[in-house]
Amino acid sequence: MKINISKIIIFSFVTFFLSIFWLGLKKDNNYNTKNIIGNKISNFQLPSIYNNKFISEEDLKENKFTLINFFASWCAPCRAEHQYLLNLSNRNREIKILGINFKDKKNNAISFLNELGDPYNSVAEDIDGKASILFGIYGIPESILINEELVIIKKIVGPIDPKQYDEILQLIQ
Amino acid sequence: MKFKKIIIIYIFLFSTLYADENNLELIKIYKNLRCLICQGQSIADSNSDFASTVKLVVQDQVKEGKSKEEIYDFLISKYGEWIVYQPTFTKTNFLLWAIPYLLLAFGGIVIYFLVRKNKYNKSN
Repeated sequence: MKINISKIIIFSFVTFFLSIFWLGLKKDNNYNTKNIIGNKISNFQLPSIYNNKFISEEDLKENKFTLINFFASWCAPCRAEHQYLLNLSNRNREIKILGINFKDKKNNAISFLNELGDPYNSVAEDIDGKASILFGIYGIPESILINEELVIIKKIVGPIDPKQYDEILQLIQ
Repeated sequence: MKFKKIIIIYIFLFSTLYADENNLELIKIYKNLRCLICQGQSIADSNSDFASTVKLVVQDQVKEGKSKEEIYDFLISKYGEWIVYQPTFTKTNFLLWAIPYLLLAFGGIVIYFLVRKNKYNKSN
């Protein structure tokens, strides 16, 4: 039987490209936070909202777990998640919460915390938003749970909901 | 007096050229960065909050003297490879880089054989 080489080559190419397209369609191209879990947070130094002191990663090493929460007074979903942050801070001593006030006015942020309650152990300000890039943030609210070695163990994009609240509790137990 | 004028014009021209070169380099970097919250837009095209913050960070890093690759590596470490349009060369995506060259070589071989066959047919 005569083998038609050109037909075999064409067939192999078509099969090869179809398999690539099929694999490409199956691949999830949406942004996810998998890549930063297990990474250490970057060094940072941000001014405190309440005084002239600076808050850095060194301060977080003292905590068994720290939840770094990016919020702003102008952000509506931040109001929605605030109750969960208050619950975490009131009911659990294992976790400390660092609030990073994102592109906000100091007075507005303080009024926001006076109105809804202050769940944060410390609050830093990120006026121009540049520090948010160090934490891989692309919108607020976002929260990052780290351990005492400053390794990221969970990242929450968007407001904390009951399911994520339970996940945080499980992780810090 | 004339000499002074010439010097001022030269300084003006070169400073503009230098600024343009810097801007072009920045735009090149922005164009290879994906705006994660936009639909099909690069950081260069977008005016979103996220894009403007990334632009500030890139400007800072360029001023610090970091290279394009260092800036991409930094952003990849924070957001994953999805943030850059041009993927880095790795074991898993080497085919993506190699296929266009392989196809070019294959096309060349096919053309060579077709031309040779044509010549052979004509001579017969």
